[in-house]
Amino acid sequence: MRPRSAVWLALGWVGFALLPWFAGSGTQPALAPPSPGPAGSALIDGLTNGRWWLLPVALPLLLALAVTALPGLRARQPAVLLAGGAFGLAWVAAQGFAIGLDGWAWGWLAALFGPLPLGQGGYGAGAALTALSFLFLMTNGFAGLGFMKGDRFTAGAIGLVLAAIAAFVFLPVGYVLSGAGDTGTGGFSAAALWTRLAAPDIWRLSCLTEAKSCGVVWNSVFLAVMTGIATTLLGLAFALVAVRTGFRAKKLLRVLTVLPIITPPFVISLAVILLFGRNGTVTLGLAEWFGIPVSRWIYGLPGVLLTQTLAFTPISFLVMIGVVQGIGPSLEEAAQTLRASRWVTFRTVTWPLMRPGVANAFLISFIESLADFGNPLILGGNFEVLSTKIYFAVVGAQNDPGRAAALGIILLCLCLGAFWVQRQWLGKKSYATVGGKGDNGIPSQLPRGVKIAAYATALPWAAFTFVLYGLILFGGFTENWGRNNSLTLRHYLAAFDLSWGPSGLIWSGRAWGSLFTTIEVAALSAPLTAAVGLLTAYLLVRQRFAGRGAFEFLTMLSFAIPGTVIGISYILAFNQPPIELTGTITILIICFVFRNMPVSIRAGVAAMSQIDRSLDECSLTLGAGSVQTIRRVILPLLRPAIVASLVYSFVRAITSISAVIFLVSPKYELATAYIVGRVEQGDFGLAIAYSSALIVLMSVVIALIQFAVGERRIGRRTATPVTLQEKPV
Amino acid sequence: MSIASKAAGVEFRNVSRRYGNTAAVDDVSFTIEAGTLVTLLGPSGCGKTTTLRMIAGLEMASGGTILIGGKDVTRLPATDRNVTMVFQSYALFPHMTVADNVAYGLVVSGVRKRDAAARAAEGLELVGLGGYGQRLPSELSGGQQQRVAVARALVLEPEVLLFDEPLSNLDAKLRRKMRDDIRELQQKLGLTSVYVTHDQEEALAVSDRIIVMNKSVIAQTGTPDELYRRPKNRFVADFIGGANLLDGELVARGGGTATVALGRLTLSVPDTGLPAGEVLLAIRPNAIRLRPGTVGDGSGDGIPVTVRKATYLGSHMEYGLVSEFGDLFVVDPNVANPVPAGAAALATFTGDGIAAVAR
Repeated sequence: MRPRSAVWLALGWVGFALLPWFAGSGTQPALAPPSPGPAGSALIDGLTNGRWWLLPVALPLLLALAVTALPGLRARQPAVLLAGGAFGLAWVAAQGFAIGLDGWAWGWLAALFGPLPLGQGGYGAGAALTALSFLFLMTNGFAGLGFMKGDRFTAGAIGLVLAAIAAFVFLPVGYVLSGAGDTGTGGFSAAALWTRLAAPDIWRLSCLTEAKSCGVVWNSVFLAVMTGIATTLLGLAFALVAVRTGFRAKKLLRVLTVLPIITPPFVISLAVILLFGRNGTVTLGLAEWFGIPVSRWIYGLPGVLLTQTLAFTPISFLVMIGVVQGIGPSLEEAAQTLRASRWVTFRTVTWPLMRPGVANAFLISFIESLADFGNPLILGGNFEVLSTKIYFAVVGAQNDPGRAAALGIILLCLCLGAFWVQRQWLGKKSYATVGGKGDNGIPSQLPRGVKIAAYATALPWAAFTFVLYGLILFGGFTENWGRNNSLTLRHYLAAFDLSWGPSGLIWSGRAWGSLFTTIEVAALSAPLTAAVGLLTAYLLVRQRFAGRGAFEFLTMLSFAIPGTVIGISYILAFNQPPIELTGTITILIICFVFRNMPVSIRAGVAAMSQIDRSLDECSLTLGAGSVQTIRRVILPLLRPAIVASLVYSFVRAITSISAVIFLVSPKYELATAYIVGRVEQGDFGLAIAYSSALIVLMSVVIALIQFAVGERRIGRRTATPVTLQEKPV
Repeated sequence: MSIASKAAGVEFRNVSRRYGNTAAVDDVSFTIEAGTLVTLLGPSGCGKTTTLRMIAGLEMASGGTILIGGKDVTRLPATDRNVTMVFQSYALFPHMTVADNVAYGLVVSGVRKRDAAARAAEGLELVGLGGYGQRLPSELSGGQQQRVAVARALVLEPEVLLFDEPLSNLDAKLRRKMRDDIRELQQKLGLTSVYVTHDQEEALAVSDRIIVMNKSVIAQTGTPDELYRRPKNRFVADFIGGANLLDGELVARGGGTATVALGRLTLSVPDTGLPAGEVLLAIRPNAIRLRPGTVGDGSGDGIPVTVRKATYLGSHMEYGLVSEFGDLFVVDPNVANPVPAGAAALATFTGDGIAAVAR
């Protein structure tokens, strides 16, 4: 243990004594003289600039040094490391939050200790490294005391994941809660919180009694319920067609399930505008042939409902496929041998078994609809929902973060409520009818009526979806959709032009900048997401420790936090010391890592549960440590899960919009935010061209990776499926 | 270069393993001599596997001290103990070849690749799988996979080699052969081995000593012979070899034997130090002989019974009897003149195979 603790201790000293403690010189308060040291480390700053509160950080470092270096004290090392690390971490956090740019951050501290002549900036490299060092010293000490089976790696990993979730999920959410009660002068009051939460434009029900619009909560909930019902029914129809009929083009239906992954969420809205907007093909056709006047009916509830149903049906389809496939055919065969007709079997066996799954699909669509931002933004018109209202409360003329925070709390509560219901209630009610035993039997055919209904809903809807995607791909090549349908490359040239200048190639198209940033952010965040997600999955599946259930719930919770809430919370939390990240590329990467982590966790948990635990234990008894076991045994067996989470995080980072639209800056613009900006400017041609380019790019990426990985896996493991290890123990 | 043994002894001093309020292993102490094969035997849930995993370092003791080779390893994780284990599921890494599997422990502990490969080949040779190195585990039969797992554990020259129900995934015939092979290898190399099983016959066949566990504590420790002939309690008597348990009364002791009264009969059993008074007689099924027909000759060396069930098994007969002391189960080698079901008979007791245990 000593060598590794010594490394972290050394890094702690480096962070404390050598690296700049604060981020960027721009955050140095004008009051303080410029830092005299070469690096402006905490040690130098504390001794010479009067920031005495930085000096106690040295205390645990000195103590840890003493127990590590002096042989006589080694027996006490774990306990000292644990206590010292905890104290150091607490002190770094406490002083960071207590002392802001202009001295004490909270009034009562100033009242208690008197005013502070100078303040401090946000954490920099030194502070980050020192805090990390304290964290690992603490976990090493913890493991040294015999917890976690004495496994330093596990203890450190749990500490790291918990600290990261605390800093980048719970701290921001905490800021939203306190931001909603902000009195405007920096204090918190319950009255302000109540006033904001109970604002009439959020809750009023005037649409029931008079011709006014209802509160934004009712809009959101109504929309989410309608979307949930529509997508669930469509998803069920699709699943029944795909699993229980002799439909020929099942492969084509499966393509549908990939679409929402590779499509930025608002692209459907653009396609719908191309059909039903004021210059839309259908609108113009109806006006010409039937004299139906051109109107803006699509902007509002009908448009948003339509686009959300289009966008989320594939997700519901994916859930329902699992549900329908999960019904053991032998149950239906049993019913039929008991003289039930097809219809009676469906009504008394099939449908009751599917019911929990149907409810699950509904809740997932419900949450997706609440959290959706792109479609209501583009098609909402006067129909306001929570996510767009939050956005306009921050970026619009209002610029009222407190109001945005209050709306964020309401949205968060709705989503968490649905999430909780989904996990608690449905989690226990699901009927897992496919056991470990082979359940052979032929899935019974659907009753005729159900079959016709499924075909009649699923097939036209699938055709409609494919038409919309065709329009998107085609729309970028027309001069001005609806008015001038002549073909042109103008939009693509505007976005992706290349030219030769005196100094070589010039990326002169307007989209290149955001595209490169997007790819950079996605490429940086994808491996991080996969790493954090799989590490968490490893801890959840493979390690037994107190509070594991709570740990799992915490990690999954961030899945239910809507993107807009994450966005607003990151602005509130990371716009000021001690953690100052807005405007940097770091905040975009962190945002993606914690947004996409739950999927990576799920992929990892699913894959790791397939690998018999005795494999790791065997590796341990053969003398490999946790790290070597992970590298040599678990990772090679997890390759499919790794690729899945890499691809997913990469693609999600490129297509998502709701959280990052708050976090992009002129320097770091992302593709989706840029496209939405173009749409708001009315520049549809370029927006559509850019969107189709993204969709094509994403399809190519997915196809390439699946091709590459698929080949390797087959080459290595044809004869050794992991399932071989699944012998009963 | 050949695979040698670094066999070391194992000692448990008052070791416990608790999960919350329930103890999987409760205050267990024992010593395992270096170079012997000791079996942990007991029904499922008795704590034998937990004990084994504590030797490996895969479970941490909640209390007590574990010594291996005289060193305190109680807090040492599995990685740092020189103990290897053959798992019930074999736990062969499916993505590595057989040779890579066997070399794994050497490679991760820093042995050069070439040396590791040579040692691995030697290990495979030892278990009779030379030339199988480039196969994948899935291309081997169950018995061969088992041998690979043994080779992989052997090449590290462990202080203690652990077997966690190693034969439970094999068919009966192969099980017998593997059991003999393991015992032979252990004796040839002088390994210290700890072997977990719930099969008492397997335990009797392979062990130098057996530790019988029940309900988280040790029920009895001893050689196979001691456990079979002088069980200390009802559980051990019943679990090892099976026994008819009848109420009797110990009336006299002396000269290494004790006299127990069973109804009108008196029987001699080995003296295990039990005081006079009520005892339980454990009578092995093969310690009872059936004499057909005549009942009540008054000689006093048998009890009248009725045959409830007679089963012909080729090499012997199995009888279910009804007697005044309760139902009896009998294995009788006399297949030439079986007693038919429903007949009355006289049951007599042979001298050996009867023990008295505390009630």
